Amino acid sequence: MFRRLRDDAERVSISVDGRRVDAAAGESVAAALLAEGIERTHASEVRGEPRGPYCAIGACFDCLVTIDGVGNRRACMVEVAPGMSVETQGSKRELTR
Amino acid sequence: MKNDEYDIAIVGGGLVGAAIGWGIASSRPRVAILDEGDVALRASRGNFALVWVQGKGAGNPRYGMWTLRSAETWEAFAESLQRQTGIDVHYRQPGGFHLALSHAELDRRVAHLSQIQAQPGMPTIHHEVLDQAALANLLPQVGPEVAGGTYSKHDGHCNSLRLLRALHAGFQLHGGTYRADHRVESIVHAQGEFRLSTNHGEVRAGSIVLAAGLDNARLAPMVGMSVPVHPVRGQLIATEKTGRFLDYPVSTVRQTEEGTVLIGDSQEDAGFDTRSTSDVLAAMADRAQRMFPRLARLNVVRSWAALRVMPRDGSAIYEASAGCPGAFAAATHSGVTLAPNHALVLAPHIARGERTADAFQAFSARRFDVPQAA
Repeated sequence: MFRRLRDDAERVSISVDGRRVDAAAGESVAAALLAEGIERTHASEVRGEPRGPYCAIGACFDCLVTIDGVGNRRACMVEVAPGMSVETQGSKRELTR
Repeated sequence: MKNDEYDIAIVGGGLVGAAIGWGIASSRPRVAILDEGDVALRASRGNFALVWVQGKGAGNPRYGMWTLRSAETWEAFAESLQRQTGIDVHYRQPGGFHLALSHAELDRRVAHLSQIQAQPGMPTIHHEVLDQAALANLLPQVGPEVAGGTYSKHDGHCNSLRLLRALHAGFQLHGGTYRADHRVESIVHAQGEFRLSTNHGEVRAGSIVLAAGLDNARLAPMVGMSVPVHPVRGQLIATEKTGRFLDYPVSTVRQTEEGTVLIGDSQEDAGFDTRSTSDVLAAMADRAQRMFPRLARLNVVRSWAALRVMPRDGSAIYEASAGCPGAFAAATHSGVTLAPNHALVLAPHIARGERTADAFQAFSARRFDVPQAA
């Protein structure tokens, strides 16, 4: 389980799979998800195995989520913003999103 | 026998050399593939993996026939590779499309295919011309800018990286010897054998097969042949993997079994420059998303360029040396489509040591020894 080193930042309200989550201003979507206990962000494209934030610096592509309707965004590279809609993904990104 | 002596040495471990090697090793396992190192130009790692028939054979109907024959044996070939090596090369033959983004493009395409079909000696290559409405029935994903296209049931695709791996694995299971990082510097023919000097010492062989892609132009004259090939650069784009949306290969867009969308088939004269360029990649991406508007949402994860091995007339060169009996050469840009022919027709012929073959006369480079009309 992850917890924030400092927890005095301003709160930013986002939605994750339709549920309201209070993130800390300035943190990445990946950090907000981990702090919320959400470690599975998508499933691998070929074998469908669970995947979640790993490198947290944009290199491993294991933290893919759908953000504001756009699939396969790297959660570790996107800063939370008020009203942002985050959805964990199934396997491959669908072309419609 | 020393371990650097072979019945047959193949120069080049790409798709052409590996397919010929696989075929030869199945009956004569004292065969070696001498491959270059990682710096090789390696057309086999840049190709688009189409098994393609429509549009082939312009100016050389025998090449059309040769291509059709190979496509017709591809399924059984893929099955035998899988039985032997356990590697599935993802061969599929649902037929393939060539799409036109204007009526003028469609008219040119139809005229081109008609001209090919009208040549004396050309086998019947199935194709259908589809207008926008007919096309939308078969490929509902196409965008409104697609004016129509042609479809041939002969066309298909595979995973060419898996094909290369399966041929190499199968070659070694047959007992063949693979030697990486053995660039051949020179070849001498003396006392009925060939001596190939490489950066890792000398290799001797009773027969040799030059399958070195663009390097055949350098090597062939050392053993009394001419294999005039030139580089044609092709650039490719790979997207992130996505759910299945395209059941058919299109000549410039296809989706792999794993879900990657590949965009390709650019053709440029860029000498030996293997860099990709943003202007060509942008033009390719633009055409692809006009064909399939939903592609616009996908992220590109890789793009690269490779050099095709192109004989002057766009067909293939198969040569047997008159001056140095036992030396053969093969060069083509269709290493995927023609892999079954190379493994099952050309290789046995070389393994038997037949020097003159009527079957391959149409593909001798001597066809270029004709003075140009004024």
